[in-house]
Amino acid sequence: MSGVRLLVGTRKGAFVLTSDGKRQDWEVSGPHFAGWEIYHVNGSPADPDRLWASASGGWFGQVIHRSDDGGTTWRQVDHDFTYQPPVGDHLWYDGTPRPWEFKRIWHLEPSRTDPDVVYAGAEDASLYKSTDGGQKWVELAGLRTHVSAPKWQPGAGGLCLHTIILDPVNKDRIFVAISAAGAFRSDDGGVSWQPINRGLVSEGIADPDAEVGHCVHRLAMHPSRPDTLFMQKHWDVLRTDDAGGSWREVSGNLPTDFGFPIAVHAHEPETIYVVPITSDSLHYVMDGKLRVYRSRTGGEQWEPLTVGLPQENCYVNVLRDAMAVDTLDECGIYFGTSGGQVYGSSDSGDSWRPIVRDLPPVLSVEVQVLP
Amino acid sequence: MIRVILPPHLRTLASVGREVQVEVSGAVTQRTVLDAVEREYPMLLGTMRDRESGRRRALVRFFACEEDLSNESPDAELPDRVIKGEEPFMVVGAMAGG
Repeated sequence: MSGVRLLVGTRKGAFVLTSDGKRQDWEVSGPHFAGWEIYHVNGSPADPDRLWASASGGWFGQVIHRSDDGGTTWRQVDHDFTYQPPVGDHLWYDGTPRPWEFKRIWHLEPSRTDPDVVYAGAEDASLYKSTDGGQKWVELAGLRTHVSAPKWQPGAGGLCLHTIILDPVNKDRIFVAISAAGAFRSDDGGVSWQPINRGLVSEGIADPDAEVGHCVHRLAMHPSRPDTLFMQKHWDVLRTDDAGGSWREVSGNLPTDFGFPIAVHAHEPETIYVVPITSDSLHYVMDGKLRVYRSRTGGEQWEPLTVGLPQENCYVNVLRDAMAVDTLDECGIYFGTSGGQVYGSSDSGDSWRPIVRDLPPVLSVEVQVLP
Repeated sequence: MIRVILPPHLRTLASVGREVQVEVSGAVTQRTVLDAVEREYPMLLGTMRDRESGRRRALVRFFACEEDLSNESPDAELPDRVIKGEEPFMVVGAMAGG
């Protein structure tokens, strides 16, 4: 029977959770890198035992670890994330120019086909690539030197590149999203980039439908429909059906369209999930009830999923990288909370159960299905 | 040999105990000691000082002989007792919340 492995990054270490295909009983290993802030742990689709972990901290900076045995042992790889010159400036919160300064890696995205290839999304927003298993990182500087980049301004969480999607069909196409610059697409393997923010409207910026400046929280794609992307923006849930050429809002009957994660069902390209939270000033779920909302129509019509989730006195948040879906026949969905719980559903979200309750605040969740 | 005490997070990275010893030829300064530590334990590159500028990371401090040497010149000689190996050069994560 297939196994399932959850990779959980937290404020104080990484955890690996494993189960069989029933996904009822789980073993927890960790903390790995105890005390380090683990923004992301991700596995290679080409070699599921090759894992990558981004560990950082205010004291000692950024390091990257790699495992070649599914998380049993880890070794440090290179962590020299240097901006290619000229470095230049971007805007600071107060609207003044400030030099780009590397702070941390938010997201690691392994190649779908080559276990030695991995992309890294950084704060301040830039994209790096390693083609030798992490021995060396090279900036794909065409993004950070885009003509619009001097106008990018950090969101509250920092000027972070948090989403990297590698098109499963067109190997030269990459999508990224940056808070608070927007979404971007490359059609030449990351050499050149174009903003793809037409249709986004953000009342919090000077020009609400500007080419850049939108606070995109997360993008999601179904592998069989790579031209359709879903977006959770600071406010609004949106979709595009032309690879970002234009977006339309699909928030529909959501109780609030503010949130961070968005995910697509593994087998139903029109079934998507979000976790609405009260507002940008109250970063917790509404009315003390933890509810995942599911749309089976690609947006507009949404239903709350509540079975097995706390429906009173709950005031947690779910961060942008903290939701994942598996590819088993009955799709499994997982998310981690700022309260240290990891919840899982093995029936497409109809019912949920806590897998583990008392981890440090969860920053990221990824899932692998093992043979 | 120069004795160097590392903070717990860096001991984990370098897979070492509390104290390491490094050989320094020539003047024994913050810079030459840290150069030697990084040479011996390259996984620590960038964790104590910025890799580009060489400046001490903001929340890392250097102590020796009950003195805070964090803001001394990186090229100033370290105290005699450190040079003789009687006292360790201490790399410390600054006290802070969280």
